[in-house]
Amino acid sequence: MNEFFLNSAAAGVVLSLVSYFAGMEIKRRWKWAVLNPLLISIVLVVGFLVLFDVDYDAYNESARYLSYLLTPATVSLAIPLYQQMELLKKNMAAICIGILAGVLASLGSILALSVVFGLSHEEYVTLLPKSITTAIGMGVSEELGGYAVITTAAIIVTGVMGNMTAEHLCRVFRIKYAISRGIAIGSASHAIGTARAMEMGEAEGAMSSLAIVVSGLCTVAGAAVFAGVY
Amino acid sequence: MKYVKQFGIILGVTCAGEACKHLIPLPVPASIYGLVLLFSLLALKIIRLEQVKEAGVFLIEIMPLMFIPAAAGLVTSWGQIKGILLPLCVIVPFTTCFVMFAAGKATDCMLDRAGDSADSVAGRKDGEQHE
Repeated sequence: MNEFFLNSAAAGVVLSLVSYFAGMEIKRRWKWAVLNPLLISIVLVVGFLVLFDVDYDAYNESARYLSYLLTPATVSLAIPLYQQMELLKKNMAAICIGILAGVLASLGSILALSVVFGLSHEEYVTLLPKSITTAIGMGVSEELGGYAVITTAAIIVTGVMGNMTAEHLCRVFRIKYAISRGIAIGSASHAIGTARAMEMGEAEGAMSSLAIVVSGLCTVAGAAVFAGVY
Repeated sequence: MKYVKQFGIILGVTCAGEACKHLIPLPVPASIYGLVLLFSLLALKIIRLEQVKEAGVFLIEIMPLMFIPAAAGLVTSWGQIKGILLPLCVIVPFTTCFVMFAAGKATDCMLDRAGDSADSVAGRKDGEQHE
């Protein structure tokens, strides 16, 4: 099976697609909040790899055409953002303050909890960029002397959690406006959360896309400052 | 061929984003340069919406699928994670919720302060949302 995956340009993509559709079907049938299609598909893929003794690298190599699309897809987030430009222009101040609040909340709460848990400086800076998009976060972590592998793991778990809980949390927190929901989701859980925001509505999706970019860039600067604190 | 052309334009911008990353020594990924670039090209009307729309919307729709391979890779980093598993299990969920709360509430607050004039454009309020 391992050999097959290594030589197949389709097997990894097919496994991912089938798992995702299974996830959507399971979600449709049981309608339970924790049954997030993305989470189910990840569990199914990992289960398959373990069960049939396939190396992760063989699967990842075979699924590379799926990962390949991630950069152009992220670039395409400019399209909904452009379509919502009026919304952006008219609410510029609120949007900027909202994203800034998110960045400070992220850095501040990580600092506080790192002190509480007595994490080392390296572990602390590893977590600082956990709410931003993987490619920026890894770079920040490396630059500050953190463990990039753990940063990546924390970023992905953050994203999947955001994807799973965004809609419910926005309701629990009584976040009123579509703009605010988008900003909240993008600031907290980057592109993986944004995928969910897109399904919630056009304004949510566009604002979430914007929050990925702005909070990502603000965190580059903010994390450097916060790294000096603890 | 229309969709191929659209995809081609998006890939072209992606490529320009990669060039930016290559030339500018900042920890900013090609996708972010590309996003800002495509937004600027659309805003400046150098690229029209119809020239990228369908392909772009398709890519965004299937985006969740693209995270599966990377997320499944978490199993390979288990060895490094287990050392700080307990703090991670608290810090990651807590900060994710807290950031969502802080960013959402701050934006809500600012939109409210902007007053009724902004209400009409601030997007749907709760109750009108979702299906």
